[in-house]
Amino acid sequence: MENANLYDYTLRLGDTALILGQRLSEWCGHGPVLEQDIALTNIALDQIGQARQFLQYAAELKGDGADEDTLAYHRDAHEFRNLLLVEQPNGHWGDTLARQFIFDTYNYFLFERLMKSKDERIASIAIKAMKEIAYHAQWSAEWIIRLGDGTQESHDKIQQSIDDVWMWSGEMLEADKLDVAMMEAGIAPDLNEIKELWLTKVSEILKIATLEMPEGTGHQRGGKKGVHSEHLGYILAEMQYLPKSYPDATW
Amino acid sequence: MSDKSNWKIWEVFVRSKNGLSHKHAGSLHAPDAEMALKNARDVYTRRSEGVSIWVVESEAITASSPDEKEPLFAPSDDKVYRHPTFYEIPDEVGHM
Repeated sequence: MENANLYDYTLRLGDTALILGQRLSEWCGHGPVLEQDIALTNIALDQIGQARQFLQYAAELKGDGADEDTLAYHRDAHEFRNLLLVEQPNGHWGDTLARQFIFDTYNYFLFERLMKSKDERIASIAIKAMKEIAYHAQWSAEWIIRLGDGTQESHDKIQQSIDDVWMWSGEMLEADKLDVAMMEAGIAPDLNEIKELWLTKVSEILKIATLEMPEGTGHQRGGKKGVHSEHLGYILAEMQYLPKSYPDATW
Repeated sequence: MSDKSNWKIWEVFVRSKNGLSHKHAGSLHAPDAEMALKNARDVYTRRSEGVSIWVVESEAITASSPDEKEPLFAPSDDKVYRHPTFYEIPDEVGHM
């Protein structure tokens, strides 16, 4: 493929949005209160909307009759390029919020720069998505502050959730060969810069929330290359069941 | 969080476009005013219904009681002269 790198990079963006959206949608009907149920499923829908844009673009780059659906429903786990972070289980409300906060803060700085990508298509998707992402980042940070600076119980639980999710945060901030190639082409931002911004913002919010920044530096990576945790298989089994069992099913 | 009874009820008012007034849209639960605004955004404006939101704690609203309906509202029923229906409005004025 002529644009193999661009295709892989677009898949990373699309798959990360798709798998997070699918994960969050599990909360539908299970939120702690109606208002948060709606808030979280709104965010899930935003993620899936973004995933569609990126996967449509990836399908065009791939050619060969591929479309957004064949990419979403007819690839296996090792072909997915999402971050390991977003396939982690929802756990309890605090676990979901911790994962979301870690991700949204990163995503905010990433998309802020993708809006200026030299790839016009990625730039235009990012411009459209930025309004949603800015709200997500605000929303999850507000929650971290309320749970951290809430009761003793909520404080202890959200601290534990932040500590637990920390080991999945390294992968998104660490540039591999593809990230560097995309950066040199002016398509993707410098992840070192994103990392600095992310660390500053996360530590600022955690401080307001009276929470401790975890110290662990041992991070899990692999998702960006297609090496996933066992969780992704279960997510795909559910997400892909219908189109795989009934390939010609239509509404 | 597990004790949802801590969450106050808020009344939500949404302005659908500039120039119109805020209208009562409904109510919701939230732990504080900031969250009430965010919840209102998610619950009541997800189909582009609004450009501005007000939230107010339900308990801050003093409401008239149904028992007082007669003394409060009945006296105006037979005072048609309070309606400006005796004036001719020129067509050029348009909708008032």
